[in-house]
Parts: sequence; structure tokens; C-alpha cells
Amino acid sequence: MLARSVSKRFASALVPAVPYLWLGLLFLVPFLIVLKISLSDPAVAQPPYRPVFEWGDILGFLSQLDLENFETLIGDDLYLRATLSSVRIAAISTVLLLLVGFPVAYAMARAPARRRPLLVALVILPFWTSFLIRIYAWIAILKPEGLLTQVLTGMGLIGKPLAILNTEAAVYIGIVYAYLPFMVLPLYATLEKMDDTLIEAALDLGCPPWRAFWTITVPLAMPGVVAGSLLCFIPAVGEFVIPDLLGGSETLMIGRQLWSEFFSNRDWPLASAVAILLLILLVVPIVIYRDVEARRLETRS
Amino acid sequence: MTRRLSLFNITSLVLGFAFLYLPILLLIVYSFNASRLVTVWGGFSTQWYVALFRNEALMEAAWVTLRIALLSAALSTVLGTLAALALTRYGRFPGRTLFTGMVYAPMVMPEVITGLSLLLFFVAIGLDRGFWTITLAHTTLTMCFVTVVVQARLMSFDRSLEEAAMDLGAPPLRTFFSVTLPLIAPSIVAGFLLAFTLSMDDLVIASFNAGPGATTLPIKIYSQVRLGLSPEVNAASAILIGIVAVGVATATFLSKRSTLRSQRNAH
Amino acid sequence: MGAVRRSFAPWSDPSATPLIRAENVTKRFGDSVAVDNLSVDIFEREFFCLLGPSGCGKTTLMRMIAGFEEPTAGRITLAGKSLAGVPPYRRPVNMMFQSYALFPHMSVERNIAFGLKQDRLPKGEIAARVEEMLRLVQLEKLAKRSPSQLSGGQRQRVALARALAKRPKVLLLDEPLGALDKKLREETQFELMDIQHELGMTFIVVTHDQEEAMTMADRIAVMDHGRIVQVATPGEIYEQPKTRFIAEFVGDVNILEGHVLGQEQGLWRVRSSGAATPLTIDDPDEVLHENQAVAIAVRPEKMVIQRDPPGPDAVNVLTGEVWDIGYLGDWTVYRVKLGSGAIIRVTRANRSRFVESPIDWDEQVYVTFAPDAAVILAE
Repeated sequence: MLARSVSKRFASALVPAVPYLWLGLLFLVPFLIVLKISLSDPAVAQPPYRPVFEWGDILGFLSQLDLENFETLIGDDLYLRATLSSVRIAAISTVLLLLVGFPVAYAMARAPARRRPLLVALVILPFWTSFLIRIYAWIAILKPEGLLTQVLTGMGLIGKPLAILNTEAAVYIGIVYAYLPFMVLPLYATLEKMDDTLIEAALDLGCPPWRAFWTITVPLAMPGVVAGSLLCFIPAVGEFVIPDLLGGSETLMIGRQLWSEFFSNRDWPLASAVAILLLILLVVPIVIYRDVEARRLETRS
Repeated sequence: MTRRLSLFNITSLVLGFAFLYLPILLLIVYSFNASRLVTVWGGFSTQWYVALFRNEALMEAAWVTLRIALLSAALSTVLGTLAALALTRYGRFPGRTLFTGMVYAPMVMPEVITGLSLLLFFVAIGLDRGFWTITLAHTTLTMCFVTVVVQARLMSFDRSLEEAAMDLGAPPLRTFFSVTLPLIAPSIVAGFLLAFTLSMDDLVIASFNAGPGATTLPIKIYSQVRLGLSPEVNAASAILIGIVAVGVATATFLSKRSTLRSQRNAH
Repeated sequence: MGAVRRSFAPWSDPSATPLIRAENVTKRFGDSVAVDNLSVDIFEREFFCLLGPSGCGKTTLMRMIAGFEEPTAGRITLAGKSLAGVPPYRRPVNMMFQSYALFPHMSVERNIAFGLKQDRLPKGEIAARVEEMLRLVQLEKLAKRSPSQLSGGQRQRVALARALAKRPKVLLLDEPLGALDKKLREETQFELMDIQHELGMTFIVVTHDQEEAMTMADRIAVMDHGRIVQVATPGEIYEQPKTRFIAEFVGDVNILEGHVLGQEQGLWRVRSSGAATPLTIDDPDEVLHENQAVAIAVRPEKMVIQRDPPGPDAVNVLTGEVWDIGYLGDWTVYRVKLGSGAIIRVTRANRSRFVESPIDWDEQVYVTFAPDAAVILAE
């Protein structure tokens, strides 16, 4: 009897223990390794960095770690510019996403209740198709002799081909396109929950519709605005595929920098240092996002 | 009371959905283009589909991708469901804050960081890069998405159903398998599909963790795309989109049928 | 009952002009008719109740007055001016919502000030008016609270204060007491009446609760299927219901079905299967013909239950056995099964604390009522 209850307790402890250990081993430990390697020096060896950890000589190992990579990051203004430009591009994209996403989410929430599941499904559906393919589709549209130029010259609106591909504008279009569902869905969730009689009450008290929108609808949609913005801003800062395929060579983004340090220059320690920098940049938004999400899940139950 | 959408709202919806779907549509249309120049229409042709299936390297990559996706989705569904149960049914266990942090962070974390850190981990423990490293990396990423999907369902469901089962004499484990699991099954299936899609789709994490032995379809497509537009990529994309469309249609049909059946049983 | 101001009766003065007048108003939603060719006059300073079961069109009528719906046909005027096409935010009418619709992101104070700010009143005036409203609903201490920190009764007061703050010509109240518990509801009824009296405002209340309507209203309009079936004072509605629907909807009633035998000395003689001898009913206004099918409505409290047979010259005697007894403290309710199988309700006030040998279950009893206690309703 006692043995059975002990084995039962053990089995029930496995439920949190297994995913906990998995994430600890494959999420947390890798981070510590990144941190350690960011303090190491590159080397022509396998693996391409020094020192390599050895149990026998912990002190010797620790003494070889230094902040040289971070000094490089601070010293070279390429990284500073890449960081600032990443944040700027992500911030502008987030504002654009809000401008595009809010009217769509608002219209979805206003639609007749029986139509709404279909509209939600239509927003989610593109997400199920490959991200890479969806970005690829824009190359054909945006390139100088591409489909957009063809349509606009056909309509007689422009004389010469548009040069959008390989510019920052193309990056904005790509981010807005790829991340739109992540903006629309949280906005829709808060707008849909909103009580219509609040708007009626505002109208009844003499508030015209457009002002009711700004004084009632927008403030009450704030949780959705925050969640959607963070959900778009955070990954956009570290975005690699979109600037690489749609942006020009002058479009600096930190994710792209990390990629080239790693794959082109094979400087693993410097790439790790860039990763740490990116993480420091995002730690505050990620913590806020986690709080918002956790609160949202809790209020729903 | 039925509401009519205003003109402004209808315009927003039409423009929004046109923006979402037009590029995909154009991509599919131009996959049937006879011309090698992707954006100049040269007549209808299916030649690129034929060429695609003759491209053995691409087919090999597709097969690897599919195997990784199935395996990692299966693993992450189990792990994610356990994590969701831990978060909703275990109250305040030690280290809970760290745990929720580890669940939410990978979802928003830039992929370059996750990819790099896992790679460095695999190098440190001496695991050769290839099929298994990609599978483990994808499992780690996608289990977080499964957790959130299943957790939402567990939180919205009526706890008194479980209490009723126990009150009627079912021990906890049997309650789980006969009441809880059937009720959260749709979210587990949804979590699996999400994990599968994310794995099929991933370029960045796979690039860091791929070895000479295993190249996935997104990596192949990416290296071709970097060289410029390719009608073969259009054809491959159209097929992938087709698979998703069929999958979504089947899922909708199945869930419609099951709701219809349950409605009929209710009457 | 609403007999507080008996002298107030502008509806019986032909020279009085109504504040709100609905003329042949119809509202359709798709195929269904919510309000069906309805006309009604509501006067200044009146406490007017729209009473009816859910789906009878009372809320739609109120929403048309507020401006959230436009009539499909007919027109509504306010002080002689048509309201057609005037949006809700330009109507001198305010509404208290059933859900209260308090803005969750604003404090009590800012909720009350909201309507005044829309009129761009000077700051000092807004503050003064908000304070006055808070005092009126006795919430001075909670001005800075957010609605989520208030109890149900407090929220109801904030909603009332917010709607009153603009001093509208007409205040619309949609089930104003619906979300309160019974005790609070009774107290608030009287408060609402006091506030309406103090401010001299016109109140239109939508309710499905007949007790609420009876207590508060100067006049009640009973609605059914998009039409007004009767508009009258609470007393008239209760004592002289026009139809069987009203008699059954407002208060408890016993219905005895029968056929008219004729008229004797101004009294109607009706044969009913529930009584051995024909019934005698004093309802002179009714125009009936012989053998017409009618329903006789008698309120339970107007019937007398007794164990001993009544004297030989007694009229309207029903016999039966006690089926059920419900003791309510102030009243006792007897359910009596008549020879015909019909069950009627008789109530008796418990005037003393002890009754010697009270009427018991299954006992044979006699139930009588006076000729003028009953109303004849044409079927």
C-alpha cells in the first residue's frame, strides 16, 4: 500500500518534471553556453573557440574568459548601427501593423456573430502556409520588372519601373505581411469581447461616433494593442529572412549580422556576443509580454 | 439583432484579405507559367511540376523535412501536454516562475538566438549535426506552442467534470484518461498540427543545426531563392500550399461533421 | 401602489400636450415585427412603465425613443418635434442601461462627468454637477473608485447618476432594478420615485416585473406582441384588466370560464362549470349577448374560503376540496380543487397569530366572492 502510493506520487511528479527537465536542458543550458562562448576567443580549431571547458581546470578555464567580444561590439559602430536600425525597423513595422491590423480586427469584431469564425479562420490560414514561401511571393511582386510595376504601368499610373525590392520599404511590406495575423488576432480578441452597450451609452450621453471610438473603443482595446505589438515587435527585431530576401545590402539588422558572423565569418564567439546583445535588448519586452499573456490567460478562466 | 457592416468596415475586410491572399494566389498562378522568367506570362504549362519531381535533391530534402516534422511534432505534443497540465493542475510547484518563463520565451525569441544556442549546445556535448539535432531543436521550439494551445483549453474547461468523475469513484489517473483527455483532445490535435507546420516551415533554426547529412526543404528553397526567382520554387510552393489547403479543408469537414453529429445526438 | 399623486393626471386632460408621442410606429427586423403600429402619448413629469413579457417589443420601443433604432414606419415626436433621423447623441434623452454600461476604464466621477464633457461645459460647472449627482445617489465617498470596485447596488446608482447628470427631458430606464436582489430592489423602487419627483423629470421604465411597475408608475402600458394592450393607472390595470392576458400577467387571478345567460337588474348571470348555480357578476360596462363565451376573472384575495356552508341567499358559491396550503407569513394561500377539476387560488390574510382548528388539507370547503369582485372578460 505504501509502496503503491509512493510510486503514484512519483508518477504524478513526472508530469511537471519531464517538460521542465527538457526545457532546462535544451533551452536554459544552451543559453548559458552562449553566454560562456561570448566570453571566449575565436580559434582555428574544432570547435572554433577557446577555451574549451574542462572539469580538471576550472580556474584556468575561468581565467581565460574575457569581455573582448563585447568590446568589439561597442567599438565597431557597425553593430551599434545594426542595433539601432533593427529597433527602428521593428518599431516602424509595428506601427504600420497597428494601422493595417486595427481596421481589419475592428471590422471582424463588428461582423455578424455567425460569420466571425470564418473570418478568424481566414486570418489564421496564411500562417499555416510556409513563411519562406510567403516572403518569396513578394519578390515577384516588388522586383523592378515585377507584377506591381506591370499593373501600375498598365494602369498608366507610373512611367518607369518601381524600385521597391532591396530597399527598406520592401522590408516593411514583408514584415507587415508576415506578421499581420499576430497583430489582428489579439486585437480581435479584445474588440470582440467588448460590450456594445458601452458605445451605445457613450452615444446616448452625447458623444459622436468617432469620438466614442477614441474615448471608449481604443482605451478598452489597449490590452490587445500591447499584446499584438509585442508579439510583432520582439521577433521583428531579430528578423533574418525578411531583410535578407527583401532588403538591400544597406538594410542593417542585427539578426542578419549574427547570421553572417556565424556562417560567413565563422566567428562563433562574436556571434554569441551579438546574440547576448539582442537578448539584452529584448529582455524587457519579453518579460512584459509574458506578464500580459499570463494575465490574459488567467482572466479568461 | 443582426448588424450590418458599414462601408468602411467592409472596405477594411476586403483590402485586408486581399493583402493576405493576393501574393499567395499570384504565386500559384505563376507556377503554371511556361516562361522561365517568373514574372512574364508565357502561357500555361505544368513543366515546372515535372521538373520538380525529377529534382532528386529536392525530393530527398522534402522527405527529410517530413520525417523531422512528424517526429518532432509527436514528441512536442507529449511534452507540451505535460507542461500544460503542470501549469494548470499543479498549482505552485517549486520553480514555477522559471518554468512559465521557459515556456513563453521561445515563442517570441528571435529564431537566430534559439538556433545559435542549440547549435552551441550540441557542439558542446559532441552530438553530430543532422537529422537528430534538427528534430530535438524543433521539439524544443514547438512544445511551447503546444503548451499554450492545450493550456488555453484546460483553463476554459469546467473543473467540476473532473470532480464529478472522481465523486463517482474514478481514481485520478482514470479520470484523466476517461474525462480530461477526451475533452482536451481537439486542442492536442490542434497543437500537433501547429507543431508539425512550424517544423515543416522553419528555416533559421534548421540552418544552424543542419549537417552535411540532412538538408531540409526550407534550406533548399532558401538557397535557390537567394539566387533569384525560380519557377521550380513556385511549383514547390504551390504544392505545399495545396497540401495545407487540403489539410485545413479536411479538418474543417471533420470538425463540422462531429459537431453535426453531437447536435443530432442532443436532439 | 402608484397612488402617491392622485391629482396628477394630465392624460385625462384633453388640452394637455404630450411630451413624447408615438404615432403608428412599426419596427421590423427582417421578417419579424417587433413593434406593430403602436401609438402612445407620454406626458411631462410622468413616471411611465412599459410592462410586458420578454420579446413583447418594449425594449425596441425604448431604443427607438433613445435613437438606437429608427422606426420602419410611423413617427415619434418629442415636445412636438419629430425625432426622425436625429442620432442618439443629439437627442435630449438619456438612458440607463440594463447592464449599466459603466465605462470600466473610468472612475465613478469620470463616468458621471462623461456626458457633461461632451457638451463642453466649463470645468467648474462639470465638477459642481458631478458632486450634486453623487450627493443625490449618496455615493460621495466613492467618487474615485473604478466601477469594478463597486457592488451591484452602487453600480446601479452610478448608472443612474450618469444618465441624470445631463438633466435630460426624458430618462429611459431599461430594467433598472433587474440585476438587484429582492430587498435592495424594493428600497430602490422608492428611491427612484423620490428622485423622479424631486427632479420633476419624465421617466420611462421598461420592465417585465409587474410588482415593480405597480409600485412606481403613474401609468402602465402593458405590451404584448408589439402592441400596447392597455394603458392605464396601476389601479385600473389591476382592477379592470381589459383582457385575459393582462389579468393573468398582472398579479394572480382565477379564471372561470362560462356562458352568458342574460342580464338581471344590471347584473350579469353566467353559467360556469365550476359552480353549481349561475354566477352573478357586477360589471355593467361590458356589452355582452346571450350564450356568449366569457371568462370571469377573480383575484385570489377577493375570494373568501370557509368550512361551513354559506347562507341560502349567498351568491357565487363554489365548492371543492383543499388541494394545497402555502403559509407565507402575512398570507396563507389555499389551492382548492373544484368539482369541475379546475384549481383556484384563494388567499387569506393572517390577521391573528393563532387560529383555532384551521382549514386543513383535503377538507371540503366553500369559496365565495361578491358580484363586484369579479370582472368579465370577453373571450
